[in-house]
Amino acid sequence: MGRAKLPRKSTNIDMTAMCDVAFLLLSFFILTTKFKPAEAVEVNIPSSVAAKVAPEKDIVLVSIDKDGKVFLSIDDEGQREIIANAINTTKNLNLNVAAFKQAKFFGSSFAQLPQYLAIPEDNRKANALSGIPAKDSSNNEMIEWMRYVQQAYLGKKMNLLLKGDNVAKYPAFKNVIDAFKKNDFLKFQMVTSPTSVPVGTDLWKNNQKGLTREEE
Amino acid sequence: MAEMDTSSQGGHKKGPGVKKSKKLSTRVDLTPMVDLGFLLITFFIFTTTMSQPTAMKLNLPKDTENPEEQNKAKESGTLTLLLGSNNNVFYYEGVLAPDASNFKSSSFGEIREVITNKKSWVIQNMKESDFVVVIKPSDGCTYKNVVDILDEMSINVVKKYAMVDISEVEAKLVAITEGNPAK
Repeated sequence: MGRAKLPRKSTNIDMTAMCDVAFLLLSFFILTTKFKPAEAVEVNIPSSVAAKVAPEKDIVLVSIDKDGKVFLSIDDEGQREIIANAINTTKNLNLNVAAFKQAKFFGSSFAQLPQYLAIPEDNRKANALSGIPAKDSSNNEMIEWMRYVQQAYLGKKMNLLLKGDNVAKYPAFKNVIDAFKKNDFLKFQMVTSPTSVPVGTDLWKNNQKGLTREEE
Repeated sequence: MAEMDTSSQGGHKKGPGVKKSKKLSTRVDLTPMVDLGFLLITFFIFTTTMSQPTAMKLNLPKDTENPEEQNKAKESGTLTLLLGSNNNVFYYEGVLAPDASNFKSSSFGEIREVITNKKSWVIQNMKESDFVVVIKPSDGCTYKNVVDILDEMSINVVKKYAMVDISEVEAKLVAITEGNPAK
């Protein structure tokens, strides 16, 4: 007697589709990953338990490199233009406003700024530059820079960030803070890389209890 | 039992005792490849989100010349930390004795214990709000030291702390201590 034969079902699932999806996602993530841009100012930042993510917009970033040289960068082109014009009117340096607008960061004294702007952008490397003079309190040009920044950002939102190198000495840091203080920038944020909270400490206990920490 | 061999293909006919050669599948098992794909995806997801730099807030007090406007701290609730060069930390409680007898040295590994001990002592004997840590970085210390010690403040939930310029006496004391570790 002829019996209808059931086709034997294989337990193997076709993985091809899943594989396609996996690699599609993989390529998506690889391509969208923002690579850390090669920074002209190399700074190895210290780590801290701070959990707040550093702002990325409206930033005025002061970097201190390992030799204590100070650099300033402003992310908003419009503000850079305002500052360039302000420097031109007050200091009579005849700066190239277009070049100033293009510059990603500044790292020279006011007197050398025209020469600095003449250097092509790609050739501005921190180790070849002198940085903004802030080493001694008598000639702290950071104070003036911060004044220009303050005037340009008057009434606008701005995040003042400080990015210091691990091995930068304290006097450089102190002179920058002094420049902030002199211009009434009393709140700033220091860029750090995150680490976990050590187990057993008070902060850890608070976090376990679900208390949010005061970020002010 | 009485089934016919229907799967045999044309070609030569096999004799009754000849084993049929197994047909090899062209399919490759893609499961390990999928595993690898997802492993890499998770790796990329984690590495991209974790490298976001964080920001530590620091509020500065306004410099005031007027001593009446300056904050006062109770002597017994005060812990002063002095940051020296080569990752040295020195501390004293209350006011520095004229003979520097309460001037002690420590390190970044041990300073947490000093802070927590002092904090629990102040909580037991006084109010928590009386606990003030004064941080005095000397010229020899690095930016990392300063950030580490400020981080220590948030790790130990110290509510009141201040960064103060080091005085000449203290700077000298730090220098002498670092010059002669035996002391």
